[in-house]
Amino acid sequence: MAQQRIFVSATRQEEPTRWLDVFGLLFVAGVLGLGIWFALAHRHAAAGPDISLAPGMLPRYAAYSVGRMFMAYLLSMLFSLGYGTLAARSRRAGPVLLAVLDILQSVPILSFLPVVLLSLSAVLPQAVAVEAASVVLIFTSQAWNITFAWYQAQTTLPGDLREAVAGYRMGAWQRFRTLDLPFAGVSLLWNSIMSWAGGWFFLMAAEMFTVGSRDFRLPGLGSYLQEAAAREDTIAILMGLGTMMVVIVTLDQLVWRPLLAWGERFKLTMVAEDEQPESWFLDLLQATRRMAPVRAVLERALAPAAEAVDAWLIRRFPPSGESMDVARHDPWAGRLLGVLLFGCVAFGLWKGSGLLLKVAPESWSDIVIGIAATFLRVMAAMTVALAWTLPVGVLIGTNARLARVLQPVVQIAASIPATALFPVFLMVLVDVTHGLNAAAVLLMLLGTQWYLLFNIIAGASSIPRDLKDTAALIGLSRAQQWRTLILPALFPYIVTGAITASGGAWNASIVSEYVSFGGRTLSATGIGAIIARATAEGDFPLLFAGTLSMIVTVVGFNRLVWRRLYRLAEERFRME
Amino acid sequence: MHAPLVTLRSLGKAYGSGARRFTAVSGVNLEIAEGEFVALLGPSGCGKSTLLRMITGLIAPTEGEVLYRGGRLEGVNPHATIVFQTFALFPWLTVQENVEVVLKARGVPPRVRARRALDLLDRVGLAGFDNAYPRELSGGMRQKVGFARAMAVEPELLCLDEPFSALDVLSAETLRGELLELWTSGKIPTRAILMVSHNIDEAVFMADRIVIMDKDPGHIVRVMPVDLPHPRQRKSPEYLAFVDRVYALLAGQTLTEDEELGTAPGQPGHTRRLPDLTINEITGLLERMADQPAHGADIYRLTEELHVSSDYLLKVIEAAELLGFVTIRAGDIQLTPLGETFAEASILARKEIFGSRLRRLPLVVWLLDLLRASGNRQIKFEVAETALSLEFPRAEAARQVETMINWGRYAEILSYDDNSEVILLEPEGGVHLE
Repeated sequence: MAQQRIFVSATRQEEPTRWLDVFGLLFVAGVLGLGIWFALAHRHAAAGPDISLAPGMLPRYAAYSVGRMFMAYLLSMLFSLGYGTLAARSRRAGPVLLAVLDILQSVPILSFLPVVLLSLSAVLPQAVAVEAASVVLIFTSQAWNITFAWYQAQTTLPGDLREAVAGYRMGAWQRFRTLDLPFAGVSLLWNSIMSWAGGWFFLMAAEMFTVGSRDFRLPGLGSYLQEAAAREDTIAILMGLGTMMVVIVTLDQLVWRPLLAWGERFKLTMVAEDEQPESWFLDLLQATRRMAPVRAVLERALAPAAEAVDAWLIRRFPPSGESMDVARHDPWAGRLLGVLLFGCVAFGLWKGSGLLLKVAPESWSDIVIGIAATFLRVMAAMTVALAWTLPVGVLIGTNARLARVLQPVVQIAASIPATALFPVFLMVLVDVTHGLNAAAVLLMLLGTQWYLLFNIIAGASSIPRDLKDTAALIGLSRAQQWRTLILPALFPYIVTGAITASGGAWNASIVSEYVSFGGRTLSATGIGAIIARATAEGDFPLLFAGTLSMIVTVVGFNRLVWRRLYRLAEERFRME
Repeated sequence: MHAPLVTLRSLGKAYGSGARRFTAVSGVNLEIAEGEFVALLGPSGCGKSTLLRMITGLIAPTEGEVLYRGGRLEGVNPHATIVFQTFALFPWLTVQENVEVVLKARGVPPRVRARRALDLLDRVGLAGFDNAYPRELSGGMRQKVGFARAMAVEPELLCLDEPFSALDVLSAETLRGELLELWTSGKIPTRAILMVSHNIDEAVFMADRIVIMDKDPGHIVRVMPVDLPHPRQRKSPEYLAFVDRVYALLAGQTLTEDEELGTAPGQPGHTRRLPDLTINEITGLLERMADQPAHGADIYRLTEELHVSSDYLLKVIEAAELLGFVTIRAGDIQLTPLGETFAEASILARKEIFGSRLRRLPLVVWLLDLLRASGNRQIKFEVAETALSLEFPRAEAARQVETMINWGRYAEILSYDDNSEVILLEPEGGVHLE
């Protein structure tokens, strides 16, 4: 099952040294501190248009949202290509950039909000600033895993192809389009799909937000759903949800599936695989007879232009002609930029520590309690997820017929952004569970259980036939089979799924522990709620303190627990 | 008199720095004249490929220099091309696009490009496969694309990096013949060919000159002109005699025990590496030898009989020689009395013999001393690896420790716990015969 690749490639395998972790942390803290200081210095009032719940507005709202997502995605790709390439090729800056990226991954997106919004509105006109802030927020939920995918591809380029590129004297542009891009292609595609899912998940938070006394809203699907939830308009919620599903499925069928099927050729394997992604839409486009004239016309019109651009770019970026192992020095401009950046970060750290001093002792104890509560909630969500995905995943993974029937159902279910579903659940749950403390677990669960399920299915379907036969032949009981074969074989897959799931659950805490619903604001005890409330109330020192505490917790937990489990899984339980 | 095409002046390459600096190739002097086909032969790790990459400019030398047509080479040589062992085709480009892409890099316009590519594919016998993807082709056909691509840029110096070793026996033979025909008929503008090979027969069959290298560090041992007319007859006595001479050179001569064993790490002198082979591979050779008349054989014949490549067999023979089970003289291998005993012994007795031989290897003695010196007679894998990495490059150090563990476990001298990554010393005495 192809789905698993998404989750595998986002996981980091190599280990940076500890001081780099600390450095990365300080770096991100500095950037956040700088942003918040900047934001505080430039307070403006702003309000967006009212959101209409008329069904007729939905197509337009959907178009706005998709446009925003697309801009953010474009930004993510550009960022990833630049940052990932630098991280892979620069000997000095590389490790630092990687550590920073690792930390950035664990920053909850709402913590970027005030920083981004207020600093943008200081330099841009109000309307543009809010729009740009929304795009940047979506960007923060899309970019990091794509960057990792690109970085990983850049560092694992096959040596013989790199030598061929150098030996045949291809320049930077030709190398990029002949080697770098195609080699990363499949991984970039899967990660793009994952990023879009992440974007949908946080769309509601990115289109409508309150910072201090100011209420920002942008016309879009996310704000439509929020507004519908605020007014407890069941019909509107369902209409919005339906529209979102239509958009997601359409994008999947008309964009991602065809791209995946087409991207098959970029796989490095020299052998044909039996299970390949297929797309009816791509087949239609490629259907030889009907489309042939269209293609011919397009080709005649476009090919010379494309060739001309290509040739120009090849001339523009001639080969360096240097030997491959010549150590290249960073250009002085790069060093200067680095020094400048360090200066800014140091300034941000200084301002940020000033902010931290303003945080009251009671707030610190709230933060500690909040982290403990959210931790328990994340663990509860993971336990519940594991409890149902383990048997179901093994059932689907070991039964080809069942897999054929259930696979599409599971994929559709997984593609519904949990945040959009949440209001529906809340309508029922709040009265049953009295408050958000338990219901928040459900939202985390909704968002993260799929990572586990997909990985377990992949693991179960990869248990070798001969081992299953042996287990049956020597007459192991059902329980013994689970203990000696199934669980050990699944272990690496469970760990991989759980790492992604727990990261997602922490990040989801900010949208699940603090919810505006039907005119009321519901809040649970947790670090997510603290961060969300601090954002809404414009309490920047608390926001900064809460965010840093959460990052430290998440990163620390990753290093101390997940990474060890991951290594154990890779070394002892990987079947290869 | 023209300047030679390529001149190497005390060329060398070292990696790493400080105490961990390892020399891959050192002090190589060589000339390649126009019209020559030169083959580089030598055991794995002797720096053949490194040398080839320095000559093409893909990697820069750390000592000496490469002259091309009398001028010092800086960076990638635009007149040279490599054909790779792994083909190095772009899997996402069709056969034709794979050839065209290198012409594109030289700014050849589309029409000319397509015509040249199709013409070249036609010449290597791939007409009709132009829009196939590499994965649809067999290994032999992929390498033909590799050759077509290399010839597209009309290199003066064609470098071949074990071009036939990833192919099946028959395809390799076909391709060799076709390359020789192109070369000897002068149909290609190539002025000289340099081929790295691990196959003695291939080198003798094709080359005008054979350069024999040895390792630690990589250097040239001997240059042998092959004065046999093309097409060469493999069964002719002259051919066989020549092949035998090359084998004799590469297999070396068994020296006195001290010289064979080398010295322990940290001691002055040369620390001998253990070939990374399993016990079964060594035992298999000894059993085969026990079946030979008079327990001796010609190494060339043996490769033919066993259908293995010469460099692999030479590696197994090196291991058996190091352990004192065989001796080598003038390209012949002879089982020693100890080797005979081993080949006929029971499983337990074999372990006993093997163990007693292992305890004489300086590297193993060094490891055992290290283990005894540690309080609880055990050390981490990493510690042994780090200690050895002063002697060998890191990856090689790890391989050496792994080989020692592998051999030591068989002889029941050592044991290893994979969970804690700890090497343990077994109680002295090893195996006890009932």
